[in-house]
Amino acid sequence: MSIDRVRELVDSVGIEEVLHRCSERIEENKLNTFITTDFEGALTRARKRDGNGGGRLQGVPVGVKDNISTRGIQTTCGSRILTGYVPPYDACVVERLKAEGAVIIGKTNMDEFAMGTSTETSYYGSVRNPWGRERVPGGSSGGSSAAVAGGEVPIALGSDTGGSVRCPASFCGVVGLKPTYGGVSRYGLISYANSLEQIGPIATSVGDVALLFDAIGGYDRRDSTSAEHEFDTSSALDSDVGVEGMRIGVPDEYFGEGTSGAVRDSVWNAIHTFEDLGATYEIVSMPHTRYALAAYYVIAMSEASSNLARFDGLRYGYRVEEGDWHTSFSRTRREGFGEEVKRRILLGTYALSAGYHDKYYLKALKVRTLVKRDFETAFKSCDLLLAPTMPYPAFKLGEKIDDPLSLYLSDVNTVPINLAGVPAISLPCGFEDDLPIGLQLIGNFFCEPTILRAAHCFEQSTDFHKRKPGDV
Amino acid sequence: MITREDVRRVGWLSRIELEDSELDEYSRKMGLVLEYFGVLDEVGGDVDPTYHVLEIDNVFRDDVAGEMLSQGDALLNAREKRDGYFKSARIV
Repeated sequence: MSIDRVRELVDSVGIEEVLHRCSERIEENKLNTFITTDFEGALTRARKRDGNGGGRLQGVPVGVKDNISTRGIQTTCGSRILTGYVPPYDACVVERLKAEGAVIIGKTNMDEFAMGTSTETSYYGSVRNPWGRERVPGGSSGGSSAAVAGGEVPIALGSDTGGSVRCPASFCGVVGLKPTYGGVSRYGLISYANSLEQIGPIATSVGDVALLFDAIGGYDRRDSTSAEHEFDTSSALDSDVGVEGMRIGVPDEYFGEGTSGAVRDSVWNAIHTFEDLGATYEIVSMPHTRYALAAYYVIAMSEASSNLARFDGLRYGYRVEEGDWHTSFSRTRREGFGEEVKRRILLGTYALSAGYHDKYYLKALKVRTLVKRDFETAFKSCDLLLAPTMPYPAFKLGEKIDDPLSLYLSDVNTVPINLAGVPAISLPCGFEDDLPIGLQLIGNFFCEPTILRAAHCFEQSTDFHKRKPGDV
Repeated sequence: MITREDVRRVGWLSRIELEDSELDEYSRKMGLVLEYFGVLDEVGGDVDPTYHVLEIDNVFRDDVAGEMLSQGDALLNAREKRDGYFKSARIV
């Protein structure tokens, strides 16, 4: 459902009825999309604001990923270790949503500490995909994407460290944007890999994603990595400005051997749609793509081992009271963290430890330079890059969870973007066995308006976004 | 290859207690990931590392007291507190 439609409903039937419908829908769908809902608080907050309208999201219900701090609403990161943690402050993006009149109805389910591609590592149970209940919704923002696809909320926020907005957007047939690093404040986002992650919007259309991005983006002095850049997305959706003359690069390496035939065909059909709309394309080579996945995981795990050191049971969350400080600390983490989180902390600690730092961590940072250069070279001759978001549609629950490496390999087309820091959007471009396929459009630094414009033109020329999931 | 002893050592460094019975499984799965990381050895040439993708310098605010989290709010989620402080387990 679109933001416009929900705002009309708020005007016609009232906010209480709109929130009631969201609650009913969540109840009926049973996708396990939310870890915490707060309809009572949502109604109180919405009523308090009633009459102070004027916000672009006035009365619009929104789901917020559970690693984004919300004052007074439990925020768990999908982990046992933060059970019961209630942040005493709002993240910057939450403040901005509230300033626009949005109504936060709850916190969406996610892979524990955003470490996953399937939302199966959540302590609060797996999320199901509305296109096929036995399928994963993608991850780690699986709750946010499935909630939007399942019609539970019109918009949601996710976070994207290595594809965690784009992957579930692709698997759930919705639109998700990973902004330029520094484009959206990370103040109040509970860190996993701070040099890679960005908060991003998820919605059913490019227009709604653009509006949500406009609402949350821009400089914030409380995030030292926030960029002083003013985005202007106003012309991005202007139908008079199309993609005529736009130069699209198609990176050969993003169509690797694991890519399904249907994904390949759908993405090539999309390329031809852009041609029909007046764009041109060329095949480009990004030779260091092959090393990006390993570099990404080394960096992400290393940063995680440092960022997650704060969870000691002392200041918040789960705590085992036993013995001295070391014992209490170690048991709290043993019981509080799930297997995948522990594995990543251990691997990150190993990669940073004496004797291995240069071999793994420093080497990964150098490869990151080379991956970034690939993008810089490509953007000399192209306005944007186009590729599949994921090599295949949603896989089955349980299919990959016991084989971490096979799960990591799913991220092959999304992680290079985070290493380089550039923006990318995923939007529906086809189906395989009634499961959605995602198209990824990648822009140069701060070129969100370019990829939003191209995505909007594609959406206007196709019907993929109109199809509704069959299993809700 | 990462041995049982390596896993035990990084477990200690990370403050994550591990049972002896878990070490083999951790070393097997971590070993597979580390083996995959070996692909990085193929990359030659020396370039500067990228710690951060944007040209951003350190940001310092003026040294003027401003509004921030109150002591009471900061302590809200602590399981144990005393006299306005977090109460930790015995360290020595």
